[in-house]
Amino acid sequence: MNASQPPPVATLAFDGAAFTHRGHTLLKPTTLRLSGCQRTLIMGPNGAGKSLLMRLAHGLLPPTSGAVGWQGTAPTQAMVFQRPVLLRRSALDNLTYVLAINKTLRPALNRTAGHSISRKAQAMQALDKFGLAHLAQRPARVLSGGEQQRLALARAWLLNPQVLFLDEPTSALDPAAIKAVEDAVLEFHRRGTRIVMSTHDLHQARRLADDVVFLHNGHLLEHTLAKQFFSAPASREASAFIRGELVW
Amino acid sequence: MLTSDNAFSTALALILSMDSALISIVMLSLQVSLMAVVIASLLALPLGAALALWRFPGRNAVIIVLNALMGLPPVVAGLCVYLLLSRAGPLGSWGLLFTPTAMVIAQVILVLPIIAALTRQQIETLHGEYAEQLQSLGLTRPRMIPTLLWDARFGLLTVILAGFGRASAEVGAVMIVGGNIDGVTRVMTTSIVLETSKGNLPMALGLGIILLILVTMINAIAHMIGETAKKRLG
Repeated sequence: MNASQPPPVATLAFDGAAFTHRGHTLLKPTTLRLSGCQRTLIMGPNGAGKSLLMRLAHGLLPPTSGAVGWQGTAPTQAMVFQRPVLLRRSALDNLTYVLAINKTLRPALNRTAGHSISRKAQAMQALDKFGLAHLAQRPARVLSGGEQQRLALARAWLLNPQVLFLDEPTSALDPAAIKAVEDAVLEFHRRGTRIVMSTHDLHQARRLADDVVFLHNGHLLEHTLAKQFFSAPASREASAFIRGELVW
Repeated sequence: MLTSDNAFSTALALILSMDSALISIVMLSLQVSLMAVVIASLLALPLGAALALWRFPGRNAVIIVLNALMGLPPVVAGLCVYLLLSRAGPLGSWGLLFTPTAMVIAQVILVLPIIAALTRQQIETLHGEYAEQLQSLGLTRPRMIPTLLWDARFGLLTVILAGFGRASAEVGAVMIVGGNIDGVTRVMTTSIVLETSKGNLPMALGLGIILLILVTMINAIAHMIGETAKKRLG
């Protein structure tokens, strides 16, 4: 662990939060507390409401009933999407863009040495960290899937978030690229970033999870420590899911 | 066909003669249309983007009117500007009627709906793709507009060219508000009308050919800029 401990991250609270779209309740009323600085994995089959839960947590969508909010000061956040959304610019420009945005939106929080190191140099450092330095001038959208996701991670890295949301970031990647993303997630966590990540990959969850939130058909069925979830799941759906049976 | 009054030989002779009257007509045509397109773009690009991002009551009506205005007959636009700028009109004291400025105003009115309506479409599609990421970065909607416009730049180049096509091709509006005054407001299209009515068809056709060549050259330059940039940035 690093000597300079980051300040504790505020607790994310779902209070009876539900989401209904065109008469379909996609997330049933949910109460959940995410606190501490651990790695939480949101699990469940496709259509369980994982992505929706992440979007509500990140504030991209408001719940249609109930409340989602931070107890205390809202932390700085970033999100990495299943399909990375990259600007139609070079890899390097994708990174200098967020530095420019971040500087004007959150000047007080810009604790990185923005004055001594230019944006371009910061962006190059991030590219280098994620093994993309040789692709700096390449248009972001012609990069491979794995490279694009690493660029999205580099972008999040520059934002230096206290909480990082990742929505099935590896679902379209090959094993080598998955390894790179998982290493990056651990690296974020080492730097003191709280991780909230969704996946339907059991092995990945076993590798990364401190605690697990299990969703099924818009129901939050479990929120337990990873060890307990994998050894003794409480719900019938979760145990079937862990055994690899079809639960939907 | 290759007689001395053939349109092509007339056009060629016109170009080779570098006639000063012709050059001033060509320059004024380009000046008026390019100025109109620049002004219309400055207004219509942000307007179209804003229309793509905001939902408000009556939005659909605005979009329908904007789309309909793409087909606004140039003579009607010319007439409206004429009424505004004529001596008895509300802006008559400005003394702009029968000046190139009046022609620019009329063409801005013609070009603006085209650029705004097509920009709205392009930006709406791009926003569909970018919305969550930009929202995640903490951008408010006004702050998204420059990003979206820049990232849609290749498509918008074509949109602006469509606007330029409209401006350089129309004759109705510039004829009414400009008056086709020799050496002051005479442009390519109004000269063509004049030569045709005089019965000087080879001259009219010759001017038409020169206009086509100019428009093609401008489109070719824009296309090449777009293609090189696209190749570089994907």
